[in-house]
Amino acid sequence: MSAGLVILAVVVIATLGFFLGRSRAIRSAEGDVRKLHSLPNYYGQTVFLFSAVPALLVTFAWLLLQPLYVESQVSGMITASDIPEGGSLSLVMADVRRISTGLDLAVSSGNLTEGQFSAMRADTTDVRAKLGELGVAVASEVKQNVFEAAKAYRAQTGTLRMAMTVVALVLALGGALLAMMRITPEFRARNVSEAAVKALLILSSMVAILTTVGIIFSLLFETSNFFRLYPAKDFFFNLTWNPQFTGGSDLGIAPLLWGTLYVSFVALVFAVPIGLLVAVYLSEYASRRVRSVVKPAIEVLAGIPTIVYGLFALITVGPLLRDYFAEPLGLGTSSSSVMTAGVVMGIMLIPFVSSLSDDVINAVPQAMRDGSYGLGATQSETVKQVILPAALPGIVGAILLAASRAIGETMIVVMGAGAAAKLSLNPFEAMTTITVKIVSQLTGDTEFASPETLVAFALGLSLFVVTLGLNILALYIVRKYREQYE
Amino acid sequence: MYDAPKLEANVEQNDIKINAKNVQVYYGATHAIKDVNIDIEDKTVTAFIGPSGCGKSTFLRCLNRMNDTIDVCRVEGDILLDGEDIYDKRVDPVQLRAKVGMVFQKPNPFPKSIYDNIAYGPRIHGLAKNKADLDEIVEKSLRRGAIWNEVKDRLHEPGTGLSGGQQQRLCIARAVATEPEVLLMDEPCSALDPIATAQVEELIDELRGRYSVVIVTHSMQQAARVSQKTAFFHLGNLVEYDDTATIFTNPKDERTESYITGRIG
Repeated sequence: MSAGLVILAVVVIATLGFFLGRSRAIRSAEGDVRKLHSLPNYYGQTVFLFSAVPALLVTFAWLLLQPLYVESQVSGMITASDIPEGGSLSLVMADVRRISTGLDLAVSSGNLTEGQFSAMRADTTDVRAKLGELGVAVASEVKQNVFEAAKAYRAQTGTLRMAMTVVALVLALGGALLAMMRITPEFRARNVSEAAVKALLILSSMVAILTTVGIIFSLLFETSNFFRLYPAKDFFFNLTWNPQFTGGSDLGIAPLLWGTLYVSFVALVFAVPIGLLVAVYLSEYASRRVRSVVKPAIEVLAGIPTIVYGLFALITVGPLLRDYFAEPLGLGTSSSSVMTAGVVMGIMLIPFVSSLSDDVINAVPQAMRDGSYGLGATQSETVKQVILPAALPGIVGAILLAASRAIGETMIVVMGAGAAAKLSLNPFEAMTTITVKIVSQLTGDTEFASPETLVAFALGLSLFVVTLGLNILALYIVRKYREQYE
Repeated sequence: MYDAPKLEANVEQNDIKINAKNVQVYYGATHAIKDVNIDIEDKTVTAFIGPSGCGKSTFLRCLNRMNDTIDVCRVEGDILLDGEDIYDKRVDPVQLRAKVGMVFQKPNPFPKSIYDNIAYGPRIHGLAKNKADLDEIVEKSLRRGAIWNEVKDRLHEPGTGLSGGQQQRLCIARAVATEPEVLLMDEPCSALDPIATAQVEELIDELRGRYSVVIVTHSMQQAARVSQKTAFFHLGNLVEYDDTATIFTNPKDERTESYITGRIG
């Protein structure tokens, strides 16, 4: 039975169990539902859960582990001479898998019988051509050992698949039976259901956490590879970034980190005051009608893809800044500059700052405003002296979230600030950031195991550490703020 | 049921501080206050009593134009403070609120130090010539708020760290600091325990010597204890307004009698 069918069968058994369990519960209470501890559906649910959950878990685990097990068994049959020059065992194993699928196909389409192909030998028959007819492409000429391995692979897979079917069905039936036996009017089926819901919720949050952990580990792994090829001291303290395809590169993070921080700083200098003023206007001054139009209009900015902002930087803001500021001031002739990227990124961040700060300002209790107005303060005095100080921690949190967004931004920088890694104070000079260099180092033609490529992971990890730190700080501050008013 | 001795407290005639004529208040389409006429005396505690939703808080908030901050609220009629219409176009509601201070139901100290809470009003209105002057205003206000002794050693700690009763007295001191002529109190003790309530009531009685105090309260005992004049509101109407002793012992309107004897409410 195929995996899909097994899962379907388990679900069918469990569903049947649901109805049987429900009716058994009703019968156990002699038809009087009020005598049951829980509603009859909960009894059905326990049977469903006991039947489906273990069986499905085992099935999924089996499906994951079976290929690994079979491959470790079969790969012993492949000798060193079977591995073509420049190839590797994993490539040969891919062939083994493909031939095995081809044999499956041949049998199911009636081209071969089991007896025919177990007698077939690769050195006497052209297996490659035969499989080609069936639409299965094999990279190279099939060697006898490889063919035998494929046959063994197919046989073992078949046996194990059979075993899986049996185990899953037994578990499903056994679970259903066990749960059925436990049904009495006193059985607390409701609580079982509650525990299942809780488990589901925990599982969902685990997905997010495990992904983060996975990302960190993959970064750590590749970063340690990089530091084996390139000294960490140079990475952190070398002030030049100059990757060479021929080796002997300078891979110092400093110019990139500087570019990142400089662009983010310009973006925040631009976004924070405007965003804050927008938030104050929306939450304190705007009438309900104005607010219902302006707030969504500003949030549209957040929906624009960053590549579109990049275009805006490239063709509008860049030349504008160059013609009206950089050249008259004699600060540079490049339309790609820190200023261009910073200003455009600032525009992108306005809705972040304004929307989050708006929420925070709205959360300041009305009693604070009343108290201030009651003392004869004007609106702006109230905002300046009571509301903003009360909302300050939340606003700082909003700013830090915007900052980590700015630090991670790529597209606007590529198109607005250029790709030259420089350590300079001039805001009208082209610079670049960590994210841009990660992209360019990974998408080049260099060999993957070279430090020029692997440096991308070290850069990624550094960036991750910086933004993670900012996010933690933001969360900490926001949480502290909440404690004050709830 | 009531503190009998206070009922016979002196009821001499004072000057009229606030004079309201034909006041109507609308919240959108709802007619919340109907045709209220009342004269509130200077150096007197006037209590507004009545069941929930009768409009007593709404009327109180008209007296310093706090209702202006609510979009849908509309006030008609005349309210005169010392003979001047406070709803006149030339009157600045911000200046008015400095003259007619307000204390709210829930203590609402700003998230600042005790000192800064009190200094807030004087700073805004430029009442202090210099730092020493401001210090003096803060001390005087805290003394009038009957809380000086409890906080004099911790003036620079946050006001939100005080107990509920202390916070409310801090808010009263804060309102007093701008030298108002009238003090409006919207159920100032409803969030306080009996001991703190007693302290605040004692304070209200002291404030009478200097200000015209208007207090909204749900507690008839409190109205009887602290006020000299009482106004009974019912369904947006001012049903009866008289000396507190008269209202509680010899009400003219049967609705008033029903309310103070607990039959409606």
